[in-house]
Amino acid sequence: MNSVISVTNLSKVYGGGHRALNDVSLDIRAGEILALLGPNGAGKTTLISIICGIVNPTEGSVIVDGHDIIDEYRITRSKIGLVPQELTLSMFVSVWDTICFSRGLFGKKPDPAYLEQLLKDLSLWDKKDNDILTLSGGMKRRVLIAKALSHEPEILFLDEPTAGVDVELRKDMWDLVEKLRQSGVTIILTTHYIEEAEEIADRVGVINKGELIVIDEKEALKHKLGKRQMIVELEESISSIPQSLTLWSLELSSEGDQLTYTYDSHSEHTGIAELLRAIDQAGLLLKDVNTSQSSLEDIFINLVNTPSQVS
Amino acid sequence: MMNVQAVKVIYKYEMLRAWDTLLQSFASPVISTVLYFVVFGSAIGGRIESIEGVSYGAFIVPGLIMLALLTQSVSNASFGIYFPRFTGTIYETLSAPISYIEIILGYVGAAASKSFIIGLIILATAGFFVELNVVHPIWMMGFLILTCISFSLLGFIIGLWAESFEQLQLIPLLVITPLVFLGGSFYTIDMLPPAWQTVSLFNPVVYLVSGFRWSFYEVSDVSVHISLLMVLLFASICLTIVWWMFKTGYRLKH
Ligand SMILES: Nc1ncnc2c1ncn2[C@@H]1O[C@H](COP(=O)(O)OP(=O)(O)OP(=O)(O)O)[C@@H](O)[C@H]1O
Ligand SMILES: [Mg+2]
Repeated sequence: MNSVISVTNLSKVYGGGHRALNDVSLDIRAGEILALLGPNGAGKTTLISIICGIVNPTEGSVIVDGHDIIDEYRITRSKIGLVPQELTLSMFVSVWDTICFSRGLFGKKPDPAYLEQLLKDLSLWDKKDNDILTLSGGMKRRVLIAKALSHEPEILFLDEPTAGVDVELRKDMWDLVEKLRQSGVTIILTTHYIEEAEEIADRVGVINKGELIVIDEKEALKHKLGKRQMIVELEESISSIPQSLTLWSLELSSEGDQLTYTYDSHSEHTGIAELLRAIDQAGLLLKDVNTSQSSLEDIFINLVNTPSQVS
Repeated sequence: MMNVQAVKVIYKYEMLRAWDTLLQSFASPVISTVLYFVVFGSAIGGRIESIEGVSYGAFIVPGLIMLALLTQSVSNASFGIYFPRFTGTIYETLSAPISYIEIILGYVGAAASKSFIIGLIILATAGFFVELNVVHPIWMMGFLILTCISFSLLGFIIGLWAESFEQLQLIPLLVITPLVFLGGSFYTIDMLPPAWQTVSLFNPVVYLVSGFRWSFYEVSDVSVHISLLMVLLFASICLTIVWWMFKTGYRLKH
């Protein structure tokens, strides 16, 4: 797949000396939905802001659809729409005026029919003459989305689109994202909700302390970094793990009636069969056996909390 | 290639903003000018003989217009760019495919147009009080337009520089108002003691008012060509500062 955005060795040091991004490189594929995960202050907004032209990079380069974001900013910026994290809107302007403004700012000729459809898709059409001031927070976020889409961008950045948004709007938003993706728009979103990334993204990148620690297909990530666990419930509690089972580094529950075996899901040799046989030979009676796979959330917490990097 | 649409929408929405606050934008400078007229032109002016053959009421018209132009240009332009910085909506302008020149054309163009309209309104208002006769209309228009543009540029610089609403008010209050009042709007420079005459020559507003007044009555403190030169010099200094600010992303981009 060809990449629509290429970030190479990007670093950002803010005025105060804080290094918000450190040598980040990534390729964003045309037409994909990429979710960027990371704790507060990880550098997600900084990364997006640099690509959109709001923040100057300290080092490194960004190429959008074959054009450099600094030397050919007119071409790159006209392809990009941005929904910012904060609700930054001029309050005393009507919804209609503000999206006409946005479209013009991006150099597009007026197109009332397109904008009308856009507002209808976002359930804002009946509010078109209202001043932004009079809208609720969720509606303001819709207006921000409408502004970002007003110039028909090929790439859409959504910086925490679901912060402060109710279930219904969130669903509307994902429907819209899906519709946009089908029309070929590349979508990059940041979020703190891992279920969200799990639900809609094709690929997931995790940023922590200014570094991109991993980026991969959602499923591959789960496969590669996920752990599987097998929980063996015993008929009778035991006080310690029998000598013959030490090889599997099992964990015994505090009640002594559960043994947990953790293994790499993608290893050739899981050792399950041998373990079950050994349990049998040790004279323990099985009551039940469960296996579970770690969610993206477990992976995320694991990644962010361990200092070592994943290659 | 220029992003003409962007310049158009910035200009249009800045002008719309003035329309929404019509009273504040256009009425208040007119009202204060009328008050100046009543106080200086009629009450005090009645006791002052004509200056170089021009009645006092007519004499102060060009100065009053300049007074309004300078303060309005600075406040309009500084507010126009400071406000989106303050609210954060500037993100959109920064992420749009537009050059700094287009941003300036939009914002400064709108601010200058507003003060130009105000200037014309005041001129018309003055016509009700005194008999006006403009000897050099083209020079008059030239000074009017150049002043609107250069002081809107100055306002734009202040709006980029300011980091609070206090700072936004500070320069107009501490620098512009004194310069304007000491700029010969209500008197000719040679009415001052010699020492103050010399000091006045360092005040750019003196050149503006003098040149502008000359275009009305052919009465001036300094040669009109020097006036024109000074206005152009002032405009190019402002342009250079704006260009530098944008080039370095000063207070706009981190
Ligand atoms: N304008 C700025 N000046 C100085 N430091 C900044 C600036 N903007 C961001 N930072 C710092 O850079 C780091 C990264 O911030 P950024 O906003 O990119 O994080 P984020 O991943 O978007 O966080 P969040 O999830 O809270 O939105 C933070 O430590 C932040 O304090
Ligand atoms: Mg952020």
